[in-house]
Amino acid sequence: MTNSIGEIVNTDAMFVIGSNTTENHPVIATKMKQAVRRGAKLIVADPRRIELADYADVYLQLKPGTNIALLNSMMNVILEKGLYDKKFIEEKCENFEELVKVVKEYTPERAAEICGVKAEDIIKAATIYGEAEKAGIYYTMGITQHTTGTNGVMSVSNLALLCGNVGKESAGVNPLRGQNNVQGACDMGGLPGDLPGYQKVFKPEVIEKFEKAWNTKLSSKVGLTIPEIMDGAADGSIKFLYIMGENPMVSDPDINHVKHALENVDFLVVQDIFMTETAEFADVILPAASFAEKDGTFSNTERRVQRVRKAIDPVGESKPDWKIIMELMNYLGYSKKYLHPSDIMDEIASVTPSYAGISYDRLEDGGIQWPCLDKDHSGTKYLHKGNIARGKGLFMPSDYAESAETPDREYPYLLTTGRILYHYHTRTMTGKVDGINKLAPSSYVEINEETANRLGISDGDRVRIASRRGEIETTAKITEIIDDGVLFMPFHFADGAANYLTNPARDPIAKISELKVAAVKIEKVC
Amino acid sequence: MNIIINGIQYEVEKGITILEACRKAGIDIPTLCHDDRLEPSSSCRMCLVEIEGSKKLVTSCSTLVKENMVVYTHSARVMEARKEVLDLLVSNHPMECLTCAKSGKCKLQDYCYEYGITEASYKGARRKPKIDTSNPFYDYDASKCILCGLCIRVCDELQGTSAIGFENRGFDVVVTTPFNEGLVNSKCVSCGNCVSVCPVGALTPKKQTYRHWETKKVRTTCSYCGVGCQMDLVVKENRVVGVEPANVVPNDGLLCVKGKFAYKFINHPDRLKTPLIKRNGKFEEASWDEAYRYIRRKVNEIKEENGPDAFAGLTSARCTNEENYLFQKLFRAVIGTNNVDHCARL
Repeated sequence: MTNSIGEIVNTDAMFVIGSNTTENHPVIATKMKQAVRRGAKLIVADPRRIELADYADVYLQLKPGTNIALLNSMMNVILEKGLYDKKFIEEKCENFEELVKVVKEYTPERAAEICGVKAEDIIKAATIYGEAEKAGIYYTMGITQHTTGTNGVMSVSNLALLCGNVGKESAGVNPLRGQNNVQGACDMGGLPGDLPGYQKVFKPEVIEKFEKAWNTKLSSKVGLTIPEIMDGAADGSIKFLYIMGENPMVSDPDINHVKHALENVDFLVVQDIFMTETAEFADVILPAASFAEKDGTFSNTERRVQRVRKAIDPVGESKPDWKIIMELMNYLGYSKKYLHPSDIMDEIASVTPSYAGISYDRLEDGGIQWPCLDKDHSGTKYLHKGNIARGKGLFMPSDYAESAETPDREYPYLLTTGRILYHYHTRTMTGKVDGINKLAPSSYVEINEETANRLGISDGDRVRIASRRGEIETTAKITEIIDDGVLFMPFHFADGAANYLTNPARDPIAKISELKVAAVKIEKVC
Repeated sequence: MNIIINGIQYEVEKGITILEACRKAGIDIPTLCHDDRLEPSSSCRMCLVEIEGSKKLVTSCSTLVKENMVVYTHSARVMEARKEVLDLLVSNHPMECLTCAKSGKCKLQDYCYEYGITEASYKGARRKPKIDTSNPFYDYDASKCILCGLCIRVCDELQGTSAIGFENRGFDVVVTTPFNEGLVNSKCVSCGNCVSVCPVGALTPKKQTYRHWETKKVRTTCSYCGVGCQMDLVVKENRVVGVEPANVVPNDGLLCVKGKFAYKFINHPDRLKTPLIKRNGKFEEASWDEAYRYIRRKVNEIKEENGPDAFAGLTSARCTNEENYLFQKLFRAVIGTNNVDHCARL
């Protein structure tokens, strides 16, 4: 998030797109509802009529995969009505002419046709966003999990820049991060092209800095992303795979392909707290301690680095992940020892400019939001204050493009996937909690009543769903919250797993898969 | 602005309540229905104070300070009134402190101790127990409810769910769901924020296996979504037995169902407890030394034959910053490849 969670209650307008916030970030959703009570306007765009739609001034039930057409059209209206921030654009942005050229083509009428919404609702949404003094955009995987995901994010950024909503309190571009420390895993260099603090591996000065800090030679060749790693494991070029705290046999697109990759790889190490669908394929399993059994830090979606504290001893002979990795490094000849995670944080601070001022003694009474540049820096509540970080805010307009796979005669329905309130990712943790399993016991597919009637499917029926990649059985849930012809499945469940069906086609830049759009067929199981 | 509390002059901000002014001055005023995050409701009457020139006692939670106001927080008249409030509450409250799960952390119990209420003086009818056990995580026992309304207001004003409300009038008032359909059939999303604010034993987690004085609390960060809610793990004998929200940024005392109630995986019997090595298709228990040596042998073999780019690692968005840092360092500095990624795209 460019801005902070605490700023939400004071915003004038919120635009929630591709985020089912009440289920996926429940406590942030409470802030949004509190903001609505204080008089903030709310725009919701989502293929499903999610709970937040009930609080919205305008709700756009757009067709999955059409975000860019909607965003371009909102900008078209804002330009047409003169609601853009001329001064901000003149002083702080570049490439505005190009934006004007692209979005000119996206009249509300044309976008309405593409997105399956009313033109007047697009105008209303654009007007609310454009007229607000402080407006924040909140999005998640509904924007990113498309073959056009990167362009989707850029389009969100274009809209925010157009109305001067960057570098301002209670506004901003706010991706809500899905997992406890997905922000931190990125910050720490858990990415194939980035060392800690997003320092690029292909820059000689970066490599030189880390070679000196770590006293070793480093590769400057950008590594592989997860989908490419899976391809490599499947084709034999990746021989050794080490998976820590992750369960691709449920979470990744096209599970049949993942299965083939895990079966094919020469040596697989899995480190986790439970036996998982992925760990079943391992050659060695290392038992890790849970978050309650170790010290450390997580960085939340608003860049706040917060303490994790050891409450109990590790269960059985399990060990905290940091200790396992350190001991393995020692076995492999790298002799550095850390006595406590705070030592590791000191090393992080020494090589990561955005974490340079962070140390455990400063986190005792609450977290610090990066960038935190030195020991006297109090952290950063919102980004781009005063000036845009890269110098000028760059408009990166793009045209709408169809999803890689769209419904056709053989696979006539559009399947989209997501999460539900009661489960977390692949249920490794929540699946062990009785009460949770009582409230959300098994896989299901949401079907519009008209679709179901045409197919002779009733609520609770077992159905078979197939895509070009796989086939599963699940239970039908008839609902009004989804459009005719669109199906929704939560991906959490290993039994009746949605990801046997999903499309691994990737965005060319971020390499994210199109988990939100796949073409499928569905029939009742007789 | 100046006011005088218990004979001492204080300079206070304009527009604050007497309760806020007293708290800033370090004077403790008892409250049962007050929560700083909510609009004042003035319903419990425990925060009554005496103001010079005013015939009636006033509720300090909802009365704003005025210039030169003279306030008495613990005068005989005030103490008598608070005792009366407590007496009326316990007269309609089951005295089950010996077995009540809330004992030791119950505000009614604490105030009765402080104000010397040992027995109820109003004998007669009592509210009938009406217990809703339909939710899988918590129970509501109407007989222990003091009708402070905190649960209703938190559910409505902060959580924004509005699943519960008061029903009936006078002596028969209870907290319930619309049409009495039970919590599990209501709009309730099991966030447990009502349970966390209940000052007495009316709303309690199911199957509580501890007494409050047997536990310690450890402040930590929730391990589910990216909001990073702050919470206290309740620990008894090296087991996590409960979770309570912390009233600090970013969650301001709220949690969701996962943070509040989905903690039982921690001490679940299925946890992996030793390293496992697969031999002839079956996992066998191994020592850490054996596991590390096995991995080392494979690393050396594969590195020699195929070079470092035949290695790849998936680090984890569930693990700490320190662990992610070390994992990528293992792959980059020790193995020699940048093939390290995690589930940010999932």
